[in-house]
Amino acid sequence: MVFLDFEQPLEKLYEQLEKIKQVGEEGEVDVEPMIKELENLIRNKRKEIYSNLTGWQKVQLSRHPERPYTLFYIRNMCKKFQELHGDRCFKDDKAIVGGLANLDGQNVVILGHQKGVNTKMRQYRNFGMANPEGYRKALRLMKLAERFNLPIVCLIDTPGAFPGLEAEERGQAEAIARNLFEMAQLKVPVVCVVIGEGASGGAIGIGLGDRVYMLENTWYSVISPESCSSILWRSWDYKEQAAEALKLTADHMYEFGLIDGIIREPLGGAHTAPEEMAKLLKRQIKKALSELMEMSPEDRIDARINKYASMGVFERAIESVDEEDDQGA
Amino acid sequence: MGWFKRLKDGIQTATKYKKEAPDGLWYKCNGCGEASTMKELRENFYKCPKCNYHVRIGSYDYFDLLFDGKYSELFGDLYSKDFLNFSDLKPYTERLEEAYRKTELMDALSVAVGRIRKRSLVIAAMDFSFIGGSMGSVVGEKISLSIDYCLEHQTPLMIISKSGGARMMESAFSLMQMAKTSAKLTLLAKAGIPYFSFLTDPTTGGVTASFAMLGDINFAEPQALIGFAGPRVIKETIKKDLPDGFQTSEFLLEHGFLDFIVDRKDLKETVGDLLYFFN
Repeated sequence: MVFLDFEQPLEKLYEQLEKIKQVGEEGEVDVEPMIKELENLIRNKRKEIYSNLTGWQKVQLSRHPERPYTLFYIRNMCKKFQELHGDRCFKDDKAIVGGLANLDGQNVVILGHQKGVNTKMRQYRNFGMANPEGYRKALRLMKLAERFNLPIVCLIDTPGAFPGLEAEERGQAEAIARNLFEMAQLKVPVVCVVIGEGASGGAIGIGLGDRVYMLENTWYSVISPESCSSILWRSWDYKEQAAEALKLTADHMYEFGLIDGIIREPLGGAHTAPEEMAKLLKRQIKKALSELMEMSPEDRIDARINKYASMGVFERAIESVDEEDDQGA
Repeated sequence: MGWFKRLKDGIQTATKYKKEAPDGLWYKCNGCGEASTMKELRENFYKCPKCNYHVRIGSYDYFDLLFDGKYSELFGDLYSKDFLNFSDLKPYTERLEEAYRKTELMDALSVAVGRIRKRSLVIAAMDFSFIGGSMGSVVGEKISLSIDYCLEHQTPLMIISKSGGARMMESAFSLMQMAKTSAKLTLLAKAGIPYFSFLTDPTTGGVTASFAMLGDINFAEPQALIGFAGPRVIKETIKKDLPDGFQTSEFLLEHGFLDFIVDRKDLKETVGDLLYFFN
């Protein structure tokens, strides 16, 4: 088990638990009551820690090395899955995966950022940082879905689009912009879920949809707390403050009306009970899809564009005096 | 907050105060380091007479350069709100106040409607001097309103980009402006109304990765920095020096992301021609 810095009290309790279990195995002492008590303590401690997480702590959780990634969810939620590769232009980007899947009887196209589960795989997946061909692969799959009237599910989990030399040569910005443009007009339902990190353009490049949800311990922001700290504070040391200032948690995003809902995680985070998390995720995706499939494609597209058009807070200089609170939306 | 609450109505700042072009008697070129007089520079479309370096200019300079005489500003009454109570080394409200004082602008984008060779056009132009030309809710909303205006009046749209990207101080609201502007642009495409995206130095980040790359025509000023990630970030990532001319207009043209590059002295004629072709 990997413990994050704010989970240290838990780590100590777990160590004690292990020791007691060992004693129980070795001798004839009845340790059952003590184990029960410790497990209770752990549960309560966890509740205490997790009921009051800061923005930065949620960022840490979203990056937990044991956190489930896109392919885990796909394989857990879908009976059948056929992965589809390549953007048909340049290459197959390993940082974005996707394909045809069956979600309890409903065929869908499901795709998402993919991070690696160990050091070797993390490099292979480029740490979930996609190049332009990743966004173009995603768009190719979405267009395929549209042609065959399949709903689309996008799982978002990226520290950002890859800032590399070749990425610029091949038009990283164009690839993301094109996806935003095309996703706005897709005739099929689009459900997006932030399952880990939602960093900036790299995230929203597959994140424009009829419904956008966030798992409880994830973040979504215009910039990562580290980069924000380095630019605005001119030092890497203010990431905690930046995480607070950016108001990047699921709770904030829902409160601001920028996402449509929060999917609760098992106590202690998605990684503590991945299968249960997959179940909760699937339930929400199915619910959203069944609602969206009731609508006509035209209504869906109108509603989708209107939703994004209403995002933003601003004021008006002239009319603002009397109706200040009504300004913006 | 804000000094503009004291205004009675309309846009009070005279255009001449809003110019971003340098003042004083002499200008030392950022490109070649040579000095020229301000008069020479002005007469040369704010390009260095020695090396043709295009000096950064502001939205109102472009309006003056492009429109036949008079134009009317649109949506000039919108201004930013510090909805997140954002504060880094300085509170966002203070940054805004400073930007208002320094630039006499309402935000990083101004919109105007006017005519070029008798054909009407809406131009939305960004100002780098206003918090790095960053896109927050106001920039997104003004573009969105411009698109509505263009749809209603069947008028082509030109956006002049000049921006460091999304405005960090509005966090996810800024990010969502990428989706908002891109989604709204699909309505112009559906209605068959042309959208010209003109990229100037610099255009990076969330602005490039949304409306700036989505023009029916994408064109740029010479030697402008255009990219997604900033050069410093890329250099740190790949731990190598970047090749000469990386992320310039010429680089983007070569890699297929621009239709053409236009010298500022030919800009008006070129846009006039585009309006003619798409008439």
